[in-house]
Amino acid sequence: MSLGFYNTHLPPHLRVLKDEIEGFARDFGLDFYETIFEVVDADDLNEIAAYGGFPTRYPHWSFGMQYEELKKGYEYGLSKIYEMVINNDPCYAYLMRCNHTVDQKLVMAHVYGHCDFFKNNAYFVHTTRKMMDEIANHAARIRHFVERFGEDEVESFMDRCMSIDDLIDIHSVAIKRRDDHPKYDFSPQATSEDSAEENTAPRFKAKPYMADYINPRGALKSEDEENKKATTARAAKFPEHPEKDVLLFLIEHAPMKNWQRDMLSIIRDEAYYFYPQGQTKILNEGWASFWHSTIMTQKVLDPSEVIDYADHHSGTMATSGRRLNPYKVGIELLRDVERRWNMGQFGAEWENCDDMDKKRTWDKKLGLGRQKIFEVRKIHSDITFIDTFLTPEFCKEYNLFSFNYQDPTKNYVIESREFQKVKQRLLFSLTNFGKPWIYVIDGNHRNRGELLLRHEHQGVDLKVDEARDVLANLQYIWSRPVHLETIGDGQSTVLSFDGTDHTQQATGGSDDANRKTAAKAR
Amino acid sequence: MGQKIEQDLQRFRKLVRGKVKSDLSKYISRGEMIGKKGKDYVSIPLPSINLPQFRYGKKNSGGVGVGPGQPGQPLTQPQDGEGEPQAGDSPGGHILEVDLTMEELADIFGEELALPRIEPRGKKNVVTEKDKYTSIRSVGPESLRHFKRTFKRALQRQISAGSYDPLAPTVIPVREDKRYRAWKEVPKPDSVACVIYMMDVSGSMTDEQKEIVRIESFWIDTWIKRHYQGVETVYIIHDATAQEVDEHTFYNTRESGGTKISSAYELCNKIIDSRYPPSQWNVYAFHFSDGDNWGDDVPKCTELLSNTIIPKLNLFGYGQVESPYGSGEFYDHVHELVGDHENVVVSRIPDREAILGSIKEFLKTGR
Ligand SMILES: [Zn+2]
Repeated sequence: MSLGFYNTHLPPHLRVLKDEIEGFARDFGLDFYETIFEVVDADDLNEIAAYGGFPTRYPHWSFGMQYEELKKGYEYGLSKIYEMVINNDPCYAYLMRCNHTVDQKLVMAHVYGHCDFFKNNAYFVHTTRKMMDEIANHAARIRHFVERFGEDEVESFMDRCMSIDDLIDIHSVAIKRRDDHPKYDFSPQATSEDSAEENTAPRFKAKPYMADYINPRGALKSEDEENKKATTARAAKFPEHPEKDVLLFLIEHAPMKNWQRDMLSIIRDEAYYFYPQGQTKILNEGWASFWHSTIMTQKVLDPSEVIDYADHHSGTMATSGRRLNPYKVGIELLRDVERRWNMGQFGAEWENCDDMDKKRTWDKKLGLGRQKIFEVRKIHSDITFIDTFLTPEFCKEYNLFSFNYQDPTKNYVIESREFQKVKQRLLFSLTNFGKPWIYVIDGNHRNRGELLLRHEHQGVDLKVDEARDVLANLQYIWSRPVHLETIGDGQSTVLSFDGTDHTQQATGGSDDANRKTAAKAR
Repeated sequence: MGQKIEQDLQRFRKLVRGKVKSDLSKYISRGEMIGKKGKDYVSIPLPSINLPQFRYGKKNSGGVGVGPGQPGQPLTQPQDGEGEPQAGDSPGGHILEVDLTMEELADIFGEELALPRIEPRGKKNVVTEKDKYTSIRSVGPESLRHFKRTFKRALQRQISAGSYDPLAPTVIPVREDKRYRAWKEVPKPDSVACVIYMMDVSGSMTDEQKEIVRIESFWIDTWIKRHYQGVETVYIIHDATAQEVDEHTFYNTRESGGTKISSAYELCNKIIDSRYPPSQWNVYAFHFSDGDNWGDDVPKCTELLSNTIIPKLNLFGYGQVESPYGSGEFYDHVHELVGDHENVVVSRIPDREAILGSIKEFLKTGR
């Protein structure tokens, strides 16, 4: 990789520190790809951060927006990026030139925690380790499109793609992705890249499946016709199952131009690369913080640096307002797990013990804690981590509460401190990144090739005005009307956009009515 | 800073200017910019610039927080500007605020209203600058960084220092290399202006009418300041008598007395003569009232305007807000002066929707 205009060499005194800290990290059992530290100025760090860590990312105004936000935050003293690590082989990490030595040590130790996590956590198994190269390659392709089709055209299509970049299937880590080779072969139709009629999916012309039932079969049917019917029956139901990877569905079936399809698949590839980081924010930051804290206090810290270190460490751990700090929750929960497994506070015997005095002094001196947290970092995401290890005692000790929105007062209000309630809210906010679940239901809706999506309602309504704007973007890509089934105010609704008008139509009974019927049946 | 982010930043700024421009009439009638004004810039909330995504609305939403408090207790906004007290991935999120320099805002405003640039009057050596960003400075806001010039400076410096390798041509601009776009400054003594705002604060003027005046004067200020090196503002309130006040008092005073407009005009004239001689200043005067005046006072007013004040001014603007109490007849008296003086503009401003048209009337003269 080339970082071009940044002058990033590690000065000698930092190189010594790096070797030292890397050694300690390995001694503790951390396992990581080679890690390259780049030293950059604050402004450059803001720039790199704006690009999600990749200086060579494709051009887009939203990165300029991010940059301006970061820069403002930095200049007003509100925020400062301390660390940035890139999941890649080799790993890249950035150090801010103006930081004090103690900060650099801390960041390095923290970085090795992340590098170990990237390499070993199950949710990262399928991420590419050559993302530096891929991102640069993506950018080159997109710059090529800009040259060919113009900045405005490419940018406005990119806006549409980015508006739906979260419509992927985040559980596909276990299920293999359909396109582990992201290169699509477009050669059969790729005669003229710009011809508008290319790729018009032929299946839209298929006859209605229901026709078979309505029109009795004639006695004389040509074999050809039989074949056609078989094809029709297959095509009528597509996708076969609700498809959460909306992007993949569009890439495979929407009538786009080739450069557009390529752009959408770039957006999708990058979304898949980044999503494990969102899925493991608490655990990953907790793990890295656990290790910077362990390495610093046990190995690296010079006595004269203790205060500066404590300052920085507590700065990172501080909870701003009453927001949950993932670093803090992560490190404390990991420490809790390590303590419990060291003392044997787990398993059926522990769970079934009702004697509080006995529990208070429970220590089987098993010493399994370290081994256990290494296992945790290997197999868990934030959701399974919280689901498995959050305890009522932890909630109480760290003052966690759940809150909810009160419609009449238009305010968020503390809802409960009850363990189950807190855990449920926390899991909900982590599930699917706290975003709605959207599926493709039918790509041949109403037999007119319209696209039907469904929002799997889980108690919270969509923000409708914004959903309409997203529908407009989907419609542009699909080029035929798109519909979204959802529930608003307890009422089943379909939001539609046909390229000109937005409509909203209530369907079936309301949720209440359904519930009443259900109640009656019982 | 690399050239890449510079380009993305410029695209973003361009998008911002476009959004602000297309929403300008909304911003103007709501008076939205005014409360957001810093010293040299305005902060404009632009939630619409974010790309839309499927997300949850607020209803029934929630999350998890930390800290003290009993169930039922509202999570009030923290004092230190950290936004809503909720987990980062909870609904709501923060609203993007974008800073625009007053110059940028004035240019957007001028473009949208198709205003001619003001030609400062009188002096021979006046140079008016019609192009934007024509000059280059070594200091400035990052949003105006001129990439090519910066790059060129860096290249020159590196070549002369021998650190430029044509085989691996990387150019690293340092602070001294940075160059910024700037507006060419108009030569000194002619480029100063004074704007005198006069307002009737007698009982018949309502708060809403004062708000309209506030919005009008904000945009008039923004536009006039864009064309001069230095602009001073004077505020005069009057009922039956007039006095000079500061900006805050101007908008927050209510008197119960009658109305004698000539008192304000007399004071205005005195202030011009003593502090802003038209030989050195471009003087603007705007008067806002509900058109109610003591009948006896009218001849004195028109006499003062016609023969004494108007000849000293670049522009005299009379804006009449509609009041349920005022007679509104003063408008006709000023209107009679328009034929004889090309630097007089009158406009009616019945409501907020009329502000935009009224400002345009005032400023389209290019004076
Ligand atoms: Zn970290």
